[in-house]
Amino acid sequence: MKLKYFAWVRERVGRSEEEAELPAGVSTVAELIGWLKQRGPEYAHAFEADAAIRAAIDRRHVRQDAPVAGASEIAFFPPMTGG
Amino acid sequence: MAVRVQERPFDLGAEVAALTVGRTDVGAIVTFSGVCRDRADSGAQLAALTLEHYPGMTEEELGRIEAEARARWPLADVLVVHRVGRIMPGEMIVLVVTISAHRKAAFEAAEFLMDYLKTSAPFWKSEETADGTNWVAAKGSDDDAADRWKRG
Repeated sequence: MKLKYFAWVRERVGRSEEEAELPAGVSTVAELIGWLKQRGPEYAHAFEADAAIRAAIDRRHVRQDAPVAGASEIAFFPPMTGG
Repeated sequence: MAVRVQERPFDLGAEVAALTVGRTDVGAIVTFSGVCRDRADSGAQLAALTLEHYPGMTEEELGRIEAEARARWPLADVLVVHRVGRIMPGEMIVLVVTISAHRKAAFEAAEFLMDYLKTSAPFWKSEETADGTNWVAAKGSDDDAADRWKRG
């Protein structure tokens, strides 16, 4: 699936998107964040305040307990500040 | 679906004229324009704002917010325009126009649209000052403003 990052999450990860194969055992957004944090210091830094990170699956907001099965695009970003 | 995301500035008067041309059923037009101030949240002089967004989701989310407003109030039409990219102090960032037969629906829907846009449309502001750039932090007061529209 495709992973996308925005705003300071994107800056800390160091890329705006990437393809990822999720390992077995990653079934929710929160578990995906936990797995990403293990991938390197840039991910650990980006997701250190993991409860504050927002997520969207296929361009819809979801909570962190949402299942990731069947998703084609998962995005991570800080709380929004438009308007 | 009257929702647009664009880099270029917009003309408030021209947008309202285009939305209302030829209509005789509209008794109320409400517009809200969000403008870039010359101060960062820290109080420092602001050189510019840069707005990032999530192309694709932004338009879809604004469309969902618009559909919710149309379901709640008897609106003749709705327009939401939001700029992205670099914006200078004094320039408009966002425009919401609601038109309706009567003012109450137009006022309430415009406020609802802005409250929801601020907390759920995927835009992020970065402030540029003499000290560098800084991502704007979300405000709890914006969440409170959106929450009051939740249906019990």
